[in-house]
Formats: sequence, structure tokens, C-alpha cells
Amino acid sequence: MSAEKTKKTIPYTVPIGPVHPALKEPVMFTFGMEGEIVKTVDFAPGQTHRGIEWMGMRRNPVQIVHMTDRVCGICGIVHSLSFARAVEQIVGIEVPERADYIRTILHELERIQSHLLWAGVAAHELGFDSLFYLAWRVREQSMDLIENLTGNRVNYGIIQIGGVRRDISSEQRPLIEKGLAYYQGLLDKMATLFLEDSTVRMRCRDHGFLSENDARILCAVGPTARASGLNMDVRQDYPYCAYGDLDVKAILPPAETGGPRGDVYDRIIVRLLEIGQSVEIIRQCLESLPPGEILWEPKMAKLLAACKKAEGEAIGRVEAPRGECMHYVRMAGKEAPESWKIKASSYSNLMSWIPMLQGEQLADIPIIVASIDPCLSCTDRVAVTRNGRSAILTKEDLTRLSREKTRRMMQ
Amino acid sequence: MNATSHLTPQEIVDSYRVTFGDGLVEAKITERGEGTKKVRGYNIWLRFRRDLFRPAIQKLIEIRFPHLAVIAGNDLGSEIELLYIFSVFYGQKFGEYMVTIGVRLPKSDLTIPTITDLIPGALFSEREKQEFFGVTVTGIPDGRRLFLPEDFPQGVYPWRKDETGIPPEMVKNLWEVGRPKDRPAPPVPEKAPAPQGKNEGGEAP
Repeated sequence: MSAEKTKKTIPYTVPIGPVHPALKEPVMFTFGMEGEIVKTVDFAPGQTHRGIEWMGMRRNPVQIVHMTDRVCGICGIVHSLSFARAVEQIVGIEVPERADYIRTILHELERIQSHLLWAGVAAHELGFDSLFYLAWRVREQSMDLIENLTGNRVNYGIIQIGGVRRDISSEQRPLIEKGLAYYQGLLDKMATLFLEDSTVRMRCRDHGFLSENDARILCAVGPTARASGLNMDVRQDYPYCAYGDLDVKAILPPAETGGPRGDVYDRIIVRLLEIGQSVEIIRQCLESLPPGEILWEPKMAKLLAACKKAEGEAIGRVEAPRGECMHYVRMAGKEAPESWKIKASSYSNLMSWIPMLQGEQLADIPIIVASIDPCLSCTDRVAVTRNGRSAILTKEDLTRLSREKTRRMMQ
Repeated sequence: MNATSHLTPQEIVDSYRVTFGDGLVEAKITERGEGTKKVRGYNIWLRFRRDLFRPAIQKLIEIRFPHLAVIAGNDLGSEIELLYIFSVFYGQKFGEYMVTIGVRLPKSDLTIPTITDLIPGALFSEREKQEFFGVTVTGIPDGRRLFLPEDFPQGVYPWRKDETGIPPEMVKNLWEVGRPKDRPAPPVPEKAPAPQGKNEGGEAP
């Protein structure tokens, strides 16, 4: 740290980060504090930038599909689906209808597991560990289903250019239906536990506020934007896969809960309601699952030859659990694409941290940072610099601060 | 908010054509339908003369405040092409279009005005383009690096395809690392090392 930075007395500079052991994609925060109140927020992402786009520009599309599986550790399908859709548009591949439906089913199963994972993390940050255990326990059902359908719990390897690599057999359908019934029976309980708990309400209501206009001009996406009242959901706005056949509506915080207010509480509501919506979408897809092939071209050499000849550019976009995920691909008749740009959903959401965190307390940082469901969360260690002397606080210390605040409020 | 009523993709292109005339270098509409009903989704691609880039974005804001997805780019040899990828009319059932506004900058003069005064959320992507393409965004409120580490060499731009791209000596190939020396012996004896001199799939040294 430079000398003039450490000399400052007020506001105190509190750097947090850059590594968090529990969630991937670390970020470095620097907070300017006045007492307990956050005055300024700055952050530096890219602590583990892997240069995946650079690598992709030296590989062929089939190799890249497997690399896109590894862009994110939670969203195993959205990046490969976005990339595959972009390449399919350039090459002019007509994806079989059955593959479109299978893609949709897995896309929604992924949303269920991702939202439950987030719900657990949020409960943990608040110090509500029994709810954290419950959320992650019930998440296992969707992970098991994904494993059954794709063969993997993460990095599914299910998407291929022109379709999917595994079919859904008639024996697997009762399993999916059982899983859906399980979540249907659970939704009310989860809603009660999260939304009627006075502690969750106290910690989340009117904290981490993001106005509708800020969400719009800062280009927020997904549940973060919807909780602020922005009616935006790629599944509703822009048809892809099987969503053109379905009636998906963007979920905004309902008026009876006082929404949309754009606070952390609203973001919880949106995600919980979306789990129910996903269950409904999977059920509809299963009912109208068309018969037929699952791949445009099963022979890899033919597929690669078609890709190699293609020229043009396209955008593939999907609604990831965290919001719009978009890939821009440009191919120029070579084996490797000429350009490739990944836009993950958190890329659009990170800037909304700044208005959310300003004016909040140090102990509220973990839940607000987690509330956009970043592909990174909260902190590993906190170096508090006061009067030129720095002390290292661990992630546990910050979580402890957050939990002590919960306890103070409960007294 | 400004709110023109919903337009078709062709109406958007036509209104740009009327306003910018020859300044609109290229305009195309691509569409795609998936699923059983094949409901169409539309992408609009507009490429402008360099000086009309900001008015083109201002016009899009007049049509409807857009969502900026990202700024993508292409290294075309003597030029860098920047593509501002927007979506408009979200919130209407299957009524959203992607609108891509492209502009080409010669490598002798890689400057582009910021659009953060129009769309503050563009800052993230503009910072990224500065460090990955070596483009200078004039008037950017925060010109620091975004993703690249602080000790990353100056004058190296990862997405460029010319001599300012990543040099081969910066590339670390995993297979060249070998097994760490301070580990217990592997349960199965290691095979003899592969013959040297081949760099499969990587950059030639």
C-alpha cells in the first residue's frame, strides 16, 4: 500500500480481499469508512483472471464448448449454452427440438440449485446456520438430478454444438417428476423460513438499496435488476431454446410484500419465487418433450468441418441464474474463432454494489455483497488500516461482526 | 423516461437510415427461432462512421433507454472494431432486440469518446477495452486497469493479434510445469518424458 494512503485518518480505508476460500472469483474491496458507516466503495475484480477468451481464440469450437463449462463453478450450462447458440447461428445449425427442450430442463435445474446455494450462503452470512444447512441439504436433490441426467454434478459436459450429448430416457422421467414434487412441497416452508423470520427481515429490509433508475443506468441484470422493479428476463423478452413455446414472465417482488423496493429482502423474494417458476417450466417441458434426435451432427469431424467453413458473427445469450449471460463470437473461416467475448451475469451486476453499500454499516457488508449473488462473495481477510498501522482481520472476524449485529438486534 | 412505442427491427434500421444516411456504413438484421414454435428473436447490427458513434448511441437512448450488455471487439489487422452490444425493449414478451453498434478505429489513432455520461454502467466494459485492446477512452472517469494485475507489462494487450499481443514467452503451458519435487513418489512409476521440441496446441516458441 502506498504511503499517502496509509497516512489517512478519516475516512479510514478498509481493504477487503482479494481471496475468499468458499466462493470463486475473488475481488478486492476498498472501503472508506467513517466510524461504522461506509462512505466510499471501490473494488478491483480480476484477481484470478484466467484469460479464457485468449485461450479460446486458439482452439476449435468443440474444444471451446468444454472450456466454457469451466468458466463458472456453479453455472455449468449457461456459458456453454450461450457459446453453442452463437456458433449455431454462425454455422446455420438447426438444433433438434428435443435438444432445445432438454437444454431448457437442465437450464432450469441449474437455476434451482444455484438459487438454493445462494439462499444457504445468505442465511450463513446472517448467522442463521440451521437455515443454511437446510438450504444446502435440499439443494442436493437438484444436484442428484443433474448428476443423473448429465453424469456430472458440476461441469456437466452436456451441451454440444448443435444439441445435447445425452438424452432423457423414459426411466429418468419419474425421477425428475419426483424431484419436482419434492421442491413443490418445500417451497412454502422455505418461504416461511426466510420471509417470515423477523431477524431476516430486520437485517435485509431496506438494506442494500438499489433504485430502479440506478439498476437501469448501471446495466444490472437478473434477480438484482428485477428486485429493483426492472421488468427484464431474457426468457421472457427474447425467445431461445424452448422458452419461445412457454409463457415465462419476469418475477418482480409482489406488491403484497411491499415490493419492489430494491433491497436485500426483495432479492431473496425474487429468487425464492423463481425456484417455483423453474419447477413449473421443467414440468411443462417434460409434458411437451418432442421426440427425435438430440444432435444436429453426431460425427465430430463433420461438425468441425462445418464450423471451419463458417464465416460471420453472432450473439448467444441466455438468462443465467444471476441474469443475462452473453457470448459474442466471430468466425472467419478458420478453425478457431477470430473473436470471442464472454459477458457473465456478474459482470453487469458488480457496479450496483457501489450505490448498495454506500451508507451501510461494516457488519452489513457480507449480506449486501452476497445479495447480488456475485460469482464471488464477501471476504477472506480484511486488512484494517488505522493511523498507519494495519491489522489483518480474517473472513471469520467479518462474519462474526455480522452475526453479532444479528444478536444485538434480536435482544 | 423517454418511451417511443415499440418498433419493429426494420423500423429501427429505417429510422437510423433517415437520420444518418451514408454515415450508417452497414446495417443488417439477423433472426433466429428455436423450440417447436420457432418464435423469432432479432439481432440488429449497425456499423457507423467513426464520428457518428456517439450520436448513434444517443439516438438509441431516445428510442428507448437500452441495456448495455458489453463492448466486444475485433482486431481486424489495421483496425480495431469495437461493438457496443445493447438490448432494447426488454419487458415486452418476445419484443426485445439486440442492437449492436459497431465502429472501426485505425490502429494509428485508437481513441474513442466515453459513453459513461450517457450510460454510467459502461465504465466497466470501457476499462476492460482499454487494457485488453489498447484503446484510449477519452473522458473516462476512472481509467485504471480492471482485470489485469498491476504488474502486467505495459503495452501488452491480450486481445490484439499484432506484435502488441501476448508474446509467446508469457505463455505458461501446464504440461511444461512437471511434477513438484517435494511430493512423495507416485503410486505408479512415471513414464519417460515425451520427446522434446513439440508444442502441441500451444504457441510456437
